[in-house]
Amino acid sequence: MSDLRELYQEIILDHNKQPRNFGRLEDARRADGHNPLCGDQITVYLKMNGDIIEDARFEGAGCAISKASASMMTEAVKGHTVDEVEGLFEGFHRMVTSEPGMLPDVEKLGKLAAFSGVCEFPARVKCASLAWHTLRAAIEEAKTPVSTE
Amino acid sequence: MVGTREDVRGTAGAAPALDVERVRADFPLLARTVRGKPLVYLDNAATTQKPRVVIETLLRYYEYGNANIHRGVHLLSQTATEQYERARRTVQRLFNAERPHEVIFTRGTTEAINLVAASFGRRFVGAGDEIVLTEMEHHSNIVPWQMLCEQVGARIRVAPIDDRGALQMDAFEVLLNERTRLVSVVHVSNALGTVNPIARICELAHAAGAKVMVDGAQAAPHLQPDVRALGCDFYALSGHKLFGPTGIGALWGREELLDAMPPWQGGGDMIEQVTFERTTYNTLPAKFEAGTPHIAGAIGLGTAIEFVESIGYPAIAAHEQDLIAFATTAIGEVPGVRITGTAPGKASVLSFVMQDVHPHDIGTILDSEGVAIRTGHHCCQPLMRRLGVPATARASFALYNTRAEVDAFIRALGKVREVMS
Repeated sequence: MSDLRELYQEIILDHNKQPRNFGRLEDARRADGHNPLCGDQITVYLKMNGDIIEDARFEGAGCAISKASASMMTEAVKGHTVDEVEGLFEGFHRMVTSEPGMLPDVEKLGKLAAFSGVCEFPARVKCASLAWHTLRAAIEEAKTPVSTE
Repeated sequence: MVGTREDVRGTAGAAPALDVERVRADFPLLARTVRGKPLVYLDNAATTQKPRVVIETLLRYYEYGNANIHRGVHLLSQTATEQYERARRTVQRLFNAERPHEVIFTRGTTEAINLVAASFGRRFVGAGDEIVLTEMEHHSNIVPWQMLCEQVGARIRVAPIDDRGALQMDAFEVLLNERTRLVSVVHVSNALGTVNPIARICELAHAAGAKVMVDGAQAAPHLQPDVRALGCDFYALSGHKLFGPTGIGALWGREELLDAMPPWQGGGDMIEQVTFERTTYNTLPAKFEAGTPHIAGAIGLGTAIEFVESIGYPAIAAHEQDLIAFATTAIGEVPGVRITGTAPGKASVLSFVMQDVHPHDIGTILDSEGVAIRTGHHCCQPLMRRLGVPATARASFALYNTRAEVDAFIRALGKVREVMS
């Protein structure tokens, strides 16, 4: 039960029930992500101002971990540069994939440290990181010049 | 009225009762704990646990009998060959098939379907021809046919199911025509538990001049795959879902069809004469068994089938039907739960969704209580789309499960609400 409480922390349950920044963003860059293992599907929308993520939203269906992760990610990345976000993702990824009992310093991750319990549940790592992989794809797309098609 | 146990025993023709505690004692793994709780293993549709006799058969083979089969002049090879071929006859008996050489050992159901798609497909399916599937098929009974259709220019027609998960037979019948070469259908749905009316499907398909392949992976642990009673043309099963080892399965096919089909893999054992100019092929079943097979697996599968026979399908079916009825009633009292798959006469598969809780979260929380179920799309993405759900949670029962385990499962579902709210 203690491991479960570590996984399903209050803040995660709250974001699962009331996801922030949920819904489409018009005239935005987007990327779709899905986790074929469990059927989670997510779309991330981004508005960029040069190198800075001005706005981020998401929509989709998934488990509590994937939904809360997407919700908290959109809050965490707003107003940050692409490089900063990349650093955040690296830290997040290191945290959720760490060996049990070998948790790295997660202070820099702020609220995202709530996902530290995921490392005890290897089957759920993909749930937690799906939104981040999708965000990265949306950033890549945003970097690409607009095509005329 | 449901009779008492004594009543049932006294009824002529009723299934003999299954002594579940005795059966459980035969499965060493069931005694272990998971996360500090007694294991409640309800993921039998994914794979079943192995009885001690099967484990000991594998051990004895590798410790005492290991040798390559066929063409060996030494004693070990001859004994291994005898055991391997005896296992084939055991599978033949399970199939109630006429001839042992109609049984081809494969890696499992998936490989058996791929064999038929590659070989029967190459010989009998051409441009404009049609293959009929159903909405409830596992990916392994969809993708091989798509690959074939891409190669030969044939097309797939899909028979619909109703909201309970039963095949719509009228709509199925309408799909059959003179272009239908094959109907490939699951016997028991892994995601819903639906038992398809194979005998009727075969009658209709044969009347249209089509052959019928049955995916029996999920059926064989629950009911005997009697190919003569079913009237099908091909039947595939997997050993690991039938209390046998992984990596072994069997295809049964009608002799005249298998004879007319080309080999699908080339290699040792499947040849008669090889020169660099030309090769002639071996007869059945060797024609379809290129390379050294999973000898230990085949022998282990034989033992697993003997184990099932020693209990008997009627006793297994009666026990499982009791469990699924008990579980269905119990889960009906859990708030916010909806069962997916309510076809009449279904097998012991309980697929469900829970309001506001994703199946994946259900699976993790149940696991923390020692209850192993499966969550996800169960390799049936088209079916999930038809049901309008991204995934389901699935408890599947086998001959060694108990009512007490169903109770533990239901209690664990209560925990899900507790954790998620």
